[in-house]
Amino acid sequence: MAENMTIDEVNLKPKDFSSSQDVRWCPGCGDYSILAQMQKVSPELGVKKENFVWVSGIGCASRFPYYMDTFGLHSIHGRAPTIATGIKVQNPELSVWVATGDGDTLSIGGNHFIHACRRNIGIKIILFNNRIYGLTKGQYSPTSEKGKVTNSSPYGSIDYPFEPTALAIGAGATFVARTIDREPKHLKEMIRHANSHAGTVFLEVYQNCNIFNDGTFFVLTDKETKFDKVLKLEHDKPMVFGKENNKGIILDGFTPRVVDLTNGKYSLDDLWIHDERDLHASRAYMLTQFAEFENLPTPIGVFRRIDKSTYEQDLHQQINDVIEKEGEGNLKDLLFSGNTWEVN
Amino acid sequence: MKKGIQELSEVTVRFAGDSGDGMQLTGTQFSNTSALAGNDISTLPDYPAEIRAPVGTTYGVSGFQLHFSDSDIHTPGDAPDILVAMNPASLKVNLNSLKPGATIIVNINSFDEKNFKLCHYDSNPLEDGTLSGYHVVEVPLSKLTAEALKDSGLKPKEVARSKNFFALGLMYWLYSRPIKPTIKWIETKFKNNQKIINANKAALEAGYYFGDNTTLFSTRYKVNPAKLPKGTYRSIEGNEALALGLVAASVKTGLPLFLGSYPITPASSILHELSKHKRFGVRTFQAEDEIAAVTATIGAAFAGALAVTTTSGPGLALKAEAVGLGVMAELPIIIVNVQRGGPSTGLPTKTEQSDLLQAMYGRSGEAPVVIISASTPTDCYDVSLEAARIATKYMVPVLYMTDGYIANGSEPWRIPNPDDIPDMKVKFRTDPENFQPYSRNENLTRPWAIPGTPGLEHRIGGLEKENITGDVNYEPENHEYMVRLRAEKVKNVENDIPDLKVEGDPDADILMIGWGGTYGAITDAVNNVNEKGKKVAQAHFRYLNPFPKNTEEVLKKYKYIICPELNMGQLSFLIKSRYLIEIDSFTKIQGQPFKSSELEEKIKKVLGGMNNG
Repeated sequence: MAENMTIDEVNLKPKDFSSSQDVRWCPGCGDYSILAQMQKVSPELGVKKENFVWVSGIGCASRFPYYMDTFGLHSIHGRAPTIATGIKVQNPELSVWVATGDGDTLSIGGNHFIHACRRNIGIKIILFNNRIYGLTKGQYSPTSEKGKVTNSSPYGSIDYPFEPTALAIGAGATFVARTIDREPKHLKEMIRHANSHAGTVFLEVYQNCNIFNDGTFFVLTDKETKFDKVLKLEHDKPMVFGKENNKGIILDGFTPRVVDLTNGKYSLDDLWIHDERDLHASRAYMLTQFAEFENLPTPIGVFRRIDKSTYEQDLHQQINDVIEKEGEGNLKDLLFSGNTWEVN
Repeated sequence: MKKGIQELSEVTVRFAGDSGDGMQLTGTQFSNTSALAGNDISTLPDYPAEIRAPVGTTYGVSGFQLHFSDSDIHTPGDAPDILVAMNPASLKVNLNSLKPGATIIVNINSFDEKNFKLCHYDSNPLEDGTLSGYHVVEVPLSKLTAEALKDSGLKPKEVARSKNFFALGLMYWLYSRPIKPTIKWIETKFKNNQKIINANKAALEAGYYFGDNTTLFSTRYKVNPAKLPKGTYRSIEGNEALALGLVAASVKTGLPLFLGSYPITPASSILHELSKHKRFGVRTFQAEDEIAAVTATIGAAFAGALAVTTTSGPGLALKAEAVGLGVMAELPIIIVNVQRGGPSTGLPTKTEQSDLLQAMYGRSGEAPVVIISASTPTDCYDVSLEAARIATKYMVPVLYMTDGYIANGSEPWRIPNPDDIPDMKVKFRTDPENFQPYSRNENLTRPWAIPGTPGLEHRIGGLEKENITGDVNYEPENHEYMVRLRAEKVKNVENDIPDLKVEGDPDADILMIGWGGTYGAITDAVNNVNEKGKKVAQAHFRYLNPFPKNTEEVLKKYKYIICPELNMGQLSFLIKSRYLIEIDSFTKIQGQPFKSSELEEKIKKVLGGMNNG
């Protein structure tokens, strides 16, 4: 399979992934960073260029495939996961990526998103979450916070938002992660993890829309605040954060709490050890709720990664098993099967 | 007592009972056995949308009509010669459709006060004169079945379920049919439950021997084999033929078959059928909804599959936007629409032809697709092949229209030799030299360049394209150029399809035109009129967009054109607006196919009017 090739065998450069199209996002948009990191990291993924397929729906994020010099299909609103499913089923050798936004995936495409996660089809869904509708000019999205004033909610939105990672875990996603557009190193690392996972990947990227929702994640990226507000999840490591790694998370029964590591009361041994491979989804789900609470940091990194057979593997396995058992189909035999009779 | 056997040339029977009485199974078995006996057959399953509607009510009645004959037939028969009524409700629902003097076999055990009340009979129809003029045969079906199965070890409820086999056995005796094929079928179908096998066999045999021993019937009947063209035959339903045609198309194009589908009546049995054919590498994807089904199909087409989605009218509405993407992206997809009564949920299990204008116009923007239709159950096989040929040759979505009547109806099929199918091998673009995703060949077809091919990386999508490069382009002139180009590409298909053929009397002034499942009724009506010395011709459209090139020439030859349709006149509308020709639109919107007698009457009326005028 293409994924198993070495980087040298692939021998590509970032510029090989840059298409001839002018990039038409607004200057300063967080999407530029995601595109740049993707182009940088793509040559390292061990995938032949012709085996990449980028699929998208509608929205700012969905212009992404035009800018990647790979195979691409810019489709219709919300449907990218299903188009990607058809592609992956037809040719499991392909590395199929979905670029999508919070409206595209969680609103009009919500049904397809949860069913892709449920099936564990081997596609990689990269959600550019800016908590706003950009391309339609500034309406609240399914991830906008309640009370948000937008063009379609001048008195404040009365909708409660989705927590995308919670939705993914609830739908049975086998890979759930989060990163931020302004953390290029972390972003690249998450792309590499996404690439190495066989089943459905859900990677949420907090992305700044500097036109309609500027600064919505600044508290997570500003040097003054980010160390206290962001928790970088690392597999098999205690949950530590803070500028001086001075804070940690403990699990007090079923309640996560922030503790001070400097006053001698708590040590690293007391902390919650992150286990992304935990088959039980409860703790990963708990992490998805952190952002809801003012006193807890927002986790980034891999929340959950478990191995399950993928949809396309099972589909082709079933076909192969039947062929092995009953032999390849013969058209004439098929047509002439059943109760037949002769007319002379 | 040895009973005489009377030869008949054709018979129409109808089995009717509660939706849980197994009438579809009974009818199917009788059909298959009749086909095996060499008759020409045509069937009409007619069942409610509810799986198990309340027992004993009129709306829970499920019927199966079968026409079998010693000559070539085209319809399931206008009026049954014999009705098997398992309960009073099924008698009430079907009585009006019977031939005068028809035989009615009733399960006398179900004719009680409770069942009369359930179907609103004020008195016992067997006694109050309702059935005068019919030949009524009262058979204690439930009781006799229970007696036959008293040692079966089954519970009374299970025993009662076997009574349809008793009825079937009796009908086999009455029409001198062998019971062996059904016994064989029972043994396969229930192979994991010996008790049920024994019970159903016992009921079937008891019914058969009851006929022999009872004094209720003085005569048996026999319908000799039909003189059909030489060959190997099987009985087949439209949806099954359609599915086999798709498998054949997959083999012949060399492309794996991908079916994206969401269950919907009456299309689901295509999904069922294709999900069996893993030996042919068929990939069936049961999607989360209609939109996922069609968009996964588009993805599979992009990646190089023979990609098909199947649905019915409401599902086609949901797929509209995606079909538009297929038009814009110029990808070969086949959208099968097994039409049913609409709008909205409408009449899910009943037939109609009311989606033609939806197929033609039901998308945003100028989004022409090729539209073809099947006219009989066996024709569905050929049209599948044709849909695949056109879709892959022209890189265009093909909307393939059938309807509930031909989808569920069955007829004998002279099995074609798959070696005779012309070559349809698909060649993907592989050469990166001068590759442009929207370059075109002489048919205006763009190359099919699938992911995984080195050097052919390109992007397609729903935004307007520039010709040749396929780049996004918003220029006013380019948009007009591309809209016209896509239309031209679809129109070009007219150079690659057969002419509209006229059947019937060559000197006729009247032409009856149609499309889809009305073919059988029109053919019978036209033949009947011609046999009576009056002149009428017929022409049936397989290709609805584009129309065959000679359409106008054919239509303009006739003084009078009648177009029967199971809608408000949709083909008439298309023809009138395209060719400015007067059409007498003759329509029926009852969820039921035309009876040939209805069309015959119509032709006679027009002929009478012409002679008087």
